[in-house]
Amino acid sequence: MRLLLGTLFALGVAALVGLGATWLALTQGQAFGGLSVGAWSAWPRHGTASIDPYARAMVARSGQLPVGSGDGIAFQARHDDSGALLDGRCDIVVSGMTPQARYWTITLYDPDGALVANSVQRHGFTSHEVVRRANGSFEITVSPRSRAGNWLPTGGVERYLLVLRLYDTPIGVATRGREVTMPAITRRSCP
Amino acid sequence: MIRIALWLLGGVLLGGIVHLGTVLWLPDLATQDAYSRLLPVAPVNAVTPVTAPTPESSVVPFLDPAFAMAVCRYDLTNGPLKFSVPVSPAYTSVSFYTRNDVAYYAINDRAAGRRVIELELMTTEQRGDLPGDEEVTAADRLIVESPTLTGLIVIKALAPEPGLMPAAQTALTAAKCVQG
Repeated sequence: MRLLLGTLFALGVAALVGLGATWLALTQGQAFGGLSVGAWSAWPRHGTASIDPYARAMVARSGQLPVGSGDGIAFQARHDDSGALLDGRCDIVVSGMTPQARYWTITLYDPDGALVANSVQRHGFTSHEVVRRANGSFEITVSPRSRAGNWLPTGGVERYLLVLRLYDTPIGVATRGREVTMPAITRRSCP
Repeated sequence: MIRIALWLLGGVLLGGIVHLGTVLWLPDLATQDAYSRLLPVAPVNAVTPVTAPTPESSVVPFLDPAFAMAVCRYDLTNGPLKFSVPVSPAYTSVSFYTRNDVAYYAINDRAAGRRVIELELMTTEQRGDLPGDEEVTAADRLIVESPTLTGLIVIKALAPEPGLMPAAQTALTAAKCVQG
């Protein structure tokens, strides 16, 4: 009787600990082996055959297709440079230069990876479209209300994330964070 | 008391095994991964355009809306596959994913170096079965080895501005993915 109770207890603990740890790792956890520059993070290995088991599980669970390393690399930002989560009700400015790449795109998604509805049907910019200063740097205002210049509408959603994808770029598995310059993400105003 | 602690310890150790097991098995058990999502819309060994993502619907999450996209869901059971796509004016890339969505190979138009990206997809065994003299001329051919029998070829063409989207989509309609 005691043995049976003990076994059941141990199995219960095993299920709780095991499944709980998997759930936490795949929903809350940050993947390792990342390349972090300011508020931006990328995982170059996720686009190769040497992707780790945790990342494989995360990719399978979310349903996305990682950008292949021969194609490019995706950097994502969930918070600004001060660490505050990106809030669609605030005015946020993405400014500066991007690393070397033939093309890049910046896109705004909700946390589930869907585009956000807005009145002008703009979901991002390509390196071709964005209006730049004479020195090649650019400034994109991410805000719920229209702004002059490069305006990326948030649709007023509470949480969003920005994905900056570089295509045909030398940045990859061997790149270190300090070799890369990424645009700054600063909060201008918040109601 | 000690007995309970021992059972607890045993449970936690077993929990560690359960955790590793579920993480390793999850890709095989997932029903909402990218391959499964594309299964109903993409016929086997044929190129199908993928509808551009909108706020209401997206076949696969986190698609880049600046790209026209098409997919070939392949099955190499009956032999290797020949794939070709003419490059679009801006930027074209071809990415290969296994059944479990691992991006094992990707190539872009510049790396291909021609007006048409042309390659052959086969498993390691099928490559081994190639006649010897064909191997000599293989320097001219781009052969991609698939680690799995089934998987996805994702073809993307960039529209640098929204007005160029039809041109990008047209470039993809000429993509071919045929067996034999």
